[in-house]
Amino acid sequence: MLVLLGAIIIELFIGGLPAFRKFGFGFLTSTDWDPVQEQYGAAVSIFGTVATAVLALLLSVPIAFGVAFYLTELAPQWLRRPVGTAIELLAAVPSIIFGMWGFFVIVPVMAQYIQPTVIDSIGELPVIGALFQGPPFGTGILTAALILAVMIIPFIAATMRDVFMAVPPVFKESAYGLGCTTWEVMRAIVIPYTRVSVMGGIMLGLGRALGETMAVTFVIGNTNRIATTLFGPGNTIASIVALEFPESEAGSLKLASLLALGFILFVISFIVLAISRMLLRPRLKG
Amino acid sequence: MKIVTTALAITLAGFTVSAQAQQITGAGATFPAPVYSKWGEAAKAATGIELNYQAIGSGGGQNQILNRTVDFGASDAPMDAAKLESGNLLQFPTVMGAVVVIVNIPGVDMNAMKLPGDLVADIYAGKVSKWNDPRIVEANHGLTLPSLAIAPVYRADGSGTTYVWTSYLSAVSPAWKSTTGAATSVKWPAGAGAKGNDGVAATVRNTKGAIGYVESAYATQNKLITTQLRNKAGHYVTPTPETFQAAASNANWKDAKNYAVDIIDQPGDKSWPIVSTTFIELPKDPKDTARSANVIKFFDWAYKNGSGIASSLDYIPLPEAVQSAVRSSWATEVKH
Repeated sequence: MLVLLGAIIIELFIGGLPAFRKFGFGFLTSTDWDPVQEQYGAAVSIFGTVATAVLALLLSVPIAFGVAFYLTELAPQWLRRPVGTAIELLAAVPSIIFGMWGFFVIVPVMAQYIQPTVIDSIGELPVIGALFQGPPFGTGILTAALILAVMIIPFIAATMRDVFMAVPPVFKESAYGLGCTTWEVMRAIVIPYTRVSVMGGIMLGLGRALGETMAVTFVIGNTNRIATTLFGPGNTIASIVALEFPESEAGSLKLASLLALGFILFVISFIVLAISRMLLRPRLKG
Repeated sequence: MKIVTTALAITLAGFTVSAQAQQITGAGATFPAPVYSKWGEAAKAATGIELNYQAIGSGGGQNQILNRTVDFGASDAPMDAAKLESGNLLQFPTVMGAVVVIVNIPGVDMNAMKLPGDLVADIYAGKVSKWNDPRIVEANHGLTLPSLAIAPVYRADGSGTTYVWTSYLSAVSPAWKSTTGAATSVKWPAGAGAKGNDGVAATVRNTKGAIGYVESAYATQNKLITTQLRNKAGHYVTPTPETFQAAASNANWKDAKNYAVDIIDQPGDKSWPIVSTTFIELPKDPKDTARSANVIKFFDWAYKNGSGIASSLDYIPLPEAVQSAVRSSWATEVKH
């Protein structure tokens, strides 16, 4: 397994080498993607990848936490199984379905109702308004993040629920015995006890959000510009590779650049993993 | 009894094997994929040759045939002459098709809007950004145009349609040619991208003020609001089979090397300006001559009997003269 992983990384790196050679470090910082002039840069797609994934995480973690909290502490016993199963089923929906749902249902709603309203209200405010401007295409960074959030909620929620359930009842009951409210038990007993696994679940979600291709491709707007607003179209590494790959000729600089992008995506995933390990290390010891 | 069934099964299996031997594989352009699949169905009944065509994109098709993983490659942009040479490939055209402009502007009906080519280029360059821009109003007397932002929509995936479209914009606008150019995907100065013809069509339908481009067959089948375009002769033409045919009949096939004819922005009062040819690349030194012969047999059948199918899907069949030129290329250049 490790050998296979290593082979993929090396293959991607070798394939991307012509692009790294040609553009050097500038490949990471250039916002150009011009197949006619053969100028390629990764900055826009790196930005899009990170921005959509982080936004998706911001949207999904509170909801996923709420779902897990409800399922383990609040919901009546008879409701827990069906709701839990429904959440797990959501995780099994293929991403193309989310993409089509996003494109044919969410995008029109965003374009016709949400975005015009928001642009006319919040968009007028100083400072924060700058995030909510631009033509209401419906597609864009925010829509992509929304779809991604829906996709990763089940992963995070299912992990959280499982680890919340794994807390020994003795701990919780003694806290209740001291007169703690449900929320106090959650905050003082359950979360500290499960912190590591919760982070693990969140990282699992982040990993999926970073690499998600089809659903994002449908709704992100696929434009090679760094979006200055949440409604602005952009692209991600995965989406640009999926879209451009079929029209890249063997041996061309474009193909090399796409492989280099794949390598960068690998590196980003590793960095995310490394950061999560670092965050967790002190707690792992303690 | 059991022996008889087994024997029967073996015979049947034998038949399936021999039927599979008639299979030919191709990969490439998405633009002609609908007509190839219809031809495939009809040809299977008529000739017994079963076509397995994978619409993976022109670039992919060129890669696959250079690696000889398929029997033939298909591409919308003609392949580089040098590449054809080094890959030892014969290139020939199959059908022609047109690209049309679609819009979503409240109050603008089918083919009501008139657009000069350089204006379209400036819209896609982001230089003209409102539908009531003086230049659009000037071209459209009698049409009430709202003060609506123009949202140009383009193909986000690399595609032959984009190649044809940007070739057209380059032909009509020197500014577009020098800043953006023509390719299967380009650095778009403005607008948003969508995946595939269906993606562009749906985005235009969902976005007020949007403009986009799709293959003509796609626009007809989905009843999209198309526009008129001004052709080289200075006349406004509507996208119909007649105007497509008018442009195609002007093509200069004689002087085109490898049949790589350029029929973008042709002269002629009735010519639709965005018409293009799609190509097949066939190895001149096939590994399996029987399969290669079947490919030729298939396209020969399609030339003879496929015009009706092509026309019904809004493609334009090749002129007779070109078909016979291609036939003689097959006979002389491909190893039997």
